[in-house]
Amino acid sequence: MSHTELDDVLGKGWRKPPFVKNAMLRWALIVGFVAYLIAAFLTIEVDWGRVYEGLDRGWAFVLAFTSPDFISRWSDIWSGLLESIVMTVAASVVGILISIPIGLGAARNIAPLPIYVICRGIVAISRALQEIIVAILLVAIFGFGPLAGFLTLSFATIGFLSKLLAEDIEAMDKVQAEAIKASGARWMQWINYGVQPQVMPRLVGLSMYRIDINFRESAILGLVGAGGIGATLNTAFDRYEYDTAAAILILIIGIVMALEYLSGIIRARVQ
Amino acid sequence: MPVLEQEGTQIWRRRTTGQSLVRWFGWLLGVAVFVYCWQIISASTTWFFVWDAPRIANDIWTRATPPKWDYITQLGRPIWDTLNIATLGTIIALFLAVPVAFLAARNTTPSAVFIRPVALLIIVSTRSINSLIWALLLIAIIGPGVFAGVIAIAIRSIGFCAKLLYEAIEEIDHTQVEAITATGASRWQIMAYGIVPQILPAFAGIAVFRWDINIRESTVLGLVGAGGIGLQLSASLNVLAWPQVSLILIVILIAVMISEWVSAKVRGAII
Repeated sequence: MSHTELDDVLGKGWRKPPFVKNAMLRWALIVGFVAYLIAAFLTIEVDWGRVYEGLDRGWAFVLAFTSPDFISRWSDIWSGLLESIVMTVAASVVGILISIPIGLGAARNIAPLPIYVICRGIVAISRALQEIIVAILLVAIFGFGPLAGFLTLSFATIGFLSKLLAEDIEAMDKVQAEAIKASGARWMQWINYGVQPQVMPRLVGLSMYRIDINFRESAILGLVGAGGIGATLNTAFDRYEYDTAAAILILIIGIVMALEYLSGIIRARVQ
Repeated sequence: MPVLEQEGTQIWRRRTTGQSLVRWFGWLLGVAVFVYCWQIISASTTWFFVWDAPRIANDIWTRATPPKWDYITQLGRPIWDTLNIATLGTIIALFLAVPVAFLAARNTTPSAVFIRPVALLIIVSTRSINSLIWALLLIAIIGPGVFAGVIAIAIRSIGFCAKLLYEAIEEIDHTQVEAITATGASRWQIMAYGIVPQILPAFAGIAVFRWDINIRESTVLGLVGAGGIGLQLSASLNVLAWPQVSLILIVILIAVMISEWVSAKVRGAII
């Protein structure tokens, strides 16, 4: 920021400094944004009549939350929920186990260049592909059922966890790792005593967070036939059984809240 | 300090016998749960399809390559719709998230007993349900189309934006707020000159970050009928037009990469 003398600004009113300093850039951004908004609104087709008709159904759905129906489809809900939980647990375990070596390989200060490139490539592919798209492809390859969902979630876990683990390893304190190396440690010992204690709290925290995400994602995999509660939910919506759908949504929200609470406790204990 | 008596000498150990037994049982329990989950997955899998998977994958690959490049002429409008869903959804979500965040932050909420829990409930419930499920619900209510996608993205983003924003509000420097208060400013003036300038960079960062995520999510919303390029994807999948599917996947990948690049650039410029 340029230096201004107090005498220069005395007697002038104060104005808020603008968020974007360059005036040309600021106006270009504003004009461009407004132009885009106009173009976007003009091309969106909204059938207001249809929306108006739907308001009653929307209200019926909101009311359904006050009287959710857990009972009449309980066996379907229970089997879907169990499948979701099973997929979450299995995929989290496998995903975390695989993402540790890949995370080590994707950290530039540990891995040699060729391994680094390969591991970063795996991370990039896994992060760029959406869970639901991966699920579609895996259902096409492995057939319907929770196996496709399990593989999808494991694959997504690898991208998420390896990237964050690698970033954490790259940001670690070098001194401690060097001290272990100077004592004549082998590679495994170096990782085990020099690197692992530094990243462990964050790894545990991220793993808990990922379990939480995996459960939320497992709720939609059923839409494409990859197992879990999503199929039940989809059926409930298709049949306009809002009270059953509300019950499923309440269960999902409840489990996610419980998982978040649990992961909060565990993260507070490790840190 | 736990020690082990062995031939008259004391050997240091990390844990007492009781502690290591507890840990051992913990691991045993974990492994048992995983094996149980795997059995459930395995029981509902048709293993014949799995053994056949390499051949199927190879078959799909040969069908999908090369991508049908001239199909791209039909993808212009869907991409524009996808962009609109993500951008308009993010804007609506930000408008709704700001008041929720101010009501949820401990230092700005009007009532910590009555209003804050309601705001937190809004945040948790919108965050824990995936945008595909919101889209499914909105399609049942207001009919298929781009508008349902916009609203689905907006609802889903409220919780995410409000959560990050209220954490930023809680972390503000209180001395600045006090300085503005000391000048005799009203409640709204304190808001505008004491709090808003402090959270504006965080707000811009959150907005761009969420926009990036929303681009990813809006590419698949079409799978349930909520507009965008996902509609083309699901149509191509339904008629097994694999060369079109592969082209759409490439387009989605490029869109995701561009949005990630834009978001990283903007956040780098702000922070």
